[in-house]
Amino acid sequence: MAAEGALDPIHQFEVHPIVDLHVGGMDLSFTNVSLYMVATTAVVALFLILSTGGRGLVPSRWQSMAEMSYEFSASMLRSSAGAEGMRFFPLVFSLFMFILVANMIGMFPYFYTVTSQLIVTFAFSMLVILTVVIAGIRQHGMRFFKLFVPDGVPMAILPLVSAIEVISFISRPVSLSVRLFANMLAGHITLKVFAAFIAALSALGVVGILGAILPLIMTIAITALEFLVAGLQAYVFAVLTCLYLNDALHPSH
Amino acid sequence: MASENLAREAAEATHGAVDTPIGVESAFPPFDAAAFPSHLFWLAVSFGLLYFLMLRVIVPRLGGILEDRRDRIAGDLGEAERLREETDAAIEAYETELADARKKAHGIAAERRDQIKADNEAKRRKAEDGLTEKVRDAESRIGEIKAKALSEVEDIASDAVEAVIATIAPISADRSEITAAVKAAKE
Repeated sequence: MAAEGALDPIHQFEVHPIVDLHVGGMDLSFTNVSLYMVATTAVVALFLILSTGGRGLVPSRWQSMAEMSYEFSASMLRSSAGAEGMRFFPLVFSLFMFILVANMIGMFPYFYTVTSQLIVTFAFSMLVILTVVIAGIRQHGMRFFKLFVPDGVPMAILPLVSAIEVISFISRPVSLSVRLFANMLAGHITLKVFAAFIAALSALGVVGILGAILPLIMTIAITALEFLVAGLQAYVFAVLTCLYLNDALHPSH
Repeated sequence: MASENLAREAAEATHGAVDTPIGVESAFPPFDAAAFPSHLFWLAVSFGLLYFLMLRVIVPRLGGILEDRRDRIAGDLGEAERLREETDAAIEAYETELADARKKAHGIAAERRDQIKADNEAKRRKAEDGLTEKVRDAESRIGEIKAKALSEVEDIASDAVEAVIATIAPISADRSEITAAVKAAKE
């Protein structure tokens, strides 16, 4: 049955407990997913801390990479949310680096893709939206809700426009989390399906091996595409976070 | 109980039972609510740790490195600008001083030239004065000699006339008459 399990495209998303942990009736077991979460944090933190240990005025290659990731995130946040948005920089930088590294770790064969768990991406998007709401209300009080009342809209259609604004605001965490989750999940399933074709076809003898060339090419192409998607989705998540934070800082349209 | 779920579902998924709906054992793993508390807890732990490290270590350090570099570059540029201005000032001072020195040298040369010219003039005048005096002396002496010679000529002529008269005629002529006659003849 092992062969069948290996060909099953959903198999890669299964959750196995490694260390059982129950607190107050809740199952907080340390699973393979938890392991890759911790690994992601370790990779990001070690990369950024070790590479900047020298504090070189002239950066080494590793330090240069850390500086590039820093400046990339910083310019992304500054261009969307302005200079006062920079106080959210640790959050944006953490999110961007965590999602990017989690996606990239997922590209290794047999490694788990943490961002293919809907609850993980949903937790990230709720973190962003709650940060937006709390920061917005703390800074602007009730004026934060002007976000839902655009200026210069006639009174007659204002309720309709406000309703649309509210719905679009509520749909933000959903779209933010589903976009990342669905991209990672679908990409990995597609990859696995095409890879499984290679295995299935090449079991059929010479003709099958020749026929397996096509899915092999597809697998290679999709792997390249998945690397692109892994980087792009981390970028998209971070950019949207910056745009939503901009709403918290400047709620009036 | 939940961990039993996890274990059982893992076991069953390996056997290909994947199309069971959400909430039931061996659900599609991303939608399996039984694993959510574990995911959320460990995500909070790992991401919380990352955020803490970002806040306390990474962002201050990277920000510090970049700021140091910016400051250093700005400082170096400022220093370069300051040195350039200093150089310009030094060149200007040098040129002013050079011009001053040249002017002073010209002044000294002109003064010296004038002094030498005046000296030469004075010497020349002195020499000329000396010469004029000598010429005047010589001229006066020549005059004296000439007068003396002329007076002697009268005496000689008178003597000669007396001797001639004594030879050709036996008369003794008066000396004063002869002298008068000679003077008359000379004029």
